[in-house]
Amino acid sequence: MPAAAPAAAAGRAPAAAAAPAPAAARAPDSDAAVDLAVVGAGPAGLAAAVTAAGLGLRVIVLDAGDRPGGQFYRHPAPGLGAARPGALHHGWDAFATREAALRAHESAGRITYLPRHHVWTVVPGGEPGAGPGPAAPATEWILHAVAGHAPEERAVRVTARAVLLATGAYERQLPFPGWTLPGVVGAGGAQAMLKSGLVLPGKRVVVAGSGPLLLAVAGSLAAAGAAVPAVVEAASYTAYAGRLPVLLRNPGKLAEAAVHGGALARHHVRLLTRHAVTEAHGTDRVEAVTVARLDRDWRPLPGTARRIPCDALAVGHGLVPQLELATGLGCATRRSSDGTVALVLDAEQRTSVPGLWSAGETGGIGGAQLALIEGELAAHSIAGAVHGAPGHAPRGRRVPRLTRDRARLRAFADAMAAAHRPGEGWTGWLRDDAVVCRCEEVPAGRIREAAEDLGARDARTVKLLTRAGMGWCQGRMCGPAVSALAGEEPAADRRPLSCPVPLRHLAELHTGDR
Amino acid sequence: MRSPRSLVGGTPAAAYEITFDGRDLTALPGQSVAAVLWGAGILAWRTTREGGAPRGAFCGIGSCYDCLVTVNGSPNQRACLVPARPGDTVTTQEGTGHADLAV
Repeated sequence: MPAAAPAAAAGRAPAAAAAPAPAAARAPDSDAAVDLAVVGAGPAGLAAAVTAAGLGLRVIVLDAGDRPGGQFYRHPAPGLGAARPGALHHGWDAFATREAALRAHESAGRITYLPRHHVWTVVPGGEPGAGPGPAAPATEWILHAVAGHAPEERAVRVTARAVLLATGAYERQLPFPGWTLPGVVGAGGAQAMLKSGLVLPGKRVVVAGSGPLLLAVAGSLAAAGAAVPAVVEAASYTAYAGRLPVLLRNPGKLAEAAVHGGALARHHVRLLTRHAVTEAHGTDRVEAVTVARLDRDWRPLPGTARRIPCDALAVGHGLVPQLELATGLGCATRRSSDGTVALVLDAEQRTSVPGLWSAGETGGIGGAQLALIEGELAAHSIAGAVHGAPGHAPRGRRVPRLTRDRARLRAFADAMAAAHRPGEGWTGWLRDDAVVCRCEEVPAGRIREAAEDLGARDARTVKLLTRAGMGWCQGRMCGPAVSALAGEEPAADRRPLSCPVPLRHLAELHTGDR
Repeated sequence: MRSPRSLVGGTPAAAYEITFDGRDLTALPGQSVAAVLWGAGILAWRTTREGGAPRGAFCGIGSCYDCLVTVNGSPNQRACLVPARPGDTVTTQEGTGHADLAV
């Protein structure tokens, strides 16, 4: 039996075979709350789970992925027989040691690890009337997840005294004509497919967009055998110059950049800064891209367009924190220097809602190293809160050292974010006939009409008038673009369900679950 | 000749077959449906509801839903997340994948 209680009533299990139960040594019984539920097994969630288990907490980790590691440490399934999974990674040892700790805690029954479990909502449980807010802090939380894949998904329910949201991020996209052509993929998407499936989208791949991830992606694609004619970066690296002190306090990050730079030079990859792909060409798949120079505000400069032949394009503009579980519970948010929305977190990684912690990209995009640190710090705070005893206060110098490292890495992340924040002029390459909402096939012209002629001032009103953001992805892909066209800063993620949930799961919810 | 396989080394377990629109494709154990398709050079396996435009994997991590496909008769599966299993029948999804429900 899985460690968590299926919500389906006895005897109502789907006819198809359920996914194999995780090898939890000692499953908690269905209604007993564990000390801590961690949502996400990326760097932050993994670090938090193993630290908390080491501090004596009973932990459940729910993760949508097949294997721990999240997107950053995504790696091939065992069946692919990779002898060197770390070849596609930076800092693989940091993951390997924590994964080993996860397996050890799992064997000892301190951690229940539930892969292929997508948590779609978290609700306050415990005493009737308990809820978010200092007036009535929840005494426990109920997490609902969809486990496995259709048509065999099962409903799973977990109860916990504390929750850590380590839900990571997804990629920011700024649309352009032709971006829906097959062969145009997310930069992170190309990286993800390579890391887990050992496949490439094409033989000649242009990498474009903005942010440090592009260098890593180009390096990986080239190392895996793709020709990368160019990395097309919209920002200017001279934007870093004003942040020199912050950069110099992060020699590890500079070394990482040097590694990426060396890889690009070795594979003869051209780096074009202050340039953007303004159009992808092709009929059934991408055959070439148009690249143009940008002004300081990212407006394409007339007369600078040139064509680069390619059979794939990997494009992305940094990452967006994935916040719907947190915002659904009322967690306060803030605007990051890259224009995205992140959670407000205190020195102990606590959200504004008592009993809810968060770590990693949700608190502002900062990378895997920062996520590992924040996860560990969150675990110390949670252990203190759950035990309610000062005896569990962290001893020694580790927590103060982690706190200092976090501040240093956060400052670096803020400098990066500011340097790569999209300029207002990018919509200059968005012709009226270009699709903006991929799911509902809404072109830019219809969104401009809603904003300019019908008076829509925000993404929500645009959605009501045009269906942009109403499709399968719930605005993850078009959200930043729709906000820009409506003339507003991107709003915080709001999605009542964080993934598709079968109606039968909703129908079978216990009446007391709300 | 560099390749993803040469980069990580080692040997995959025995390959198996799935079909895509009646064509046999080689799958390696642990690959998603999308990875098997990319490995065969196939980038599109869906047509959109409105424009009938071809689509395939985009975000690669289950966020964008562009890679929806029909697997063993069940439409709207995210190809980038669903593991390919021996003997799977994968078919291009036209629009909603529910033409049989049209009235």
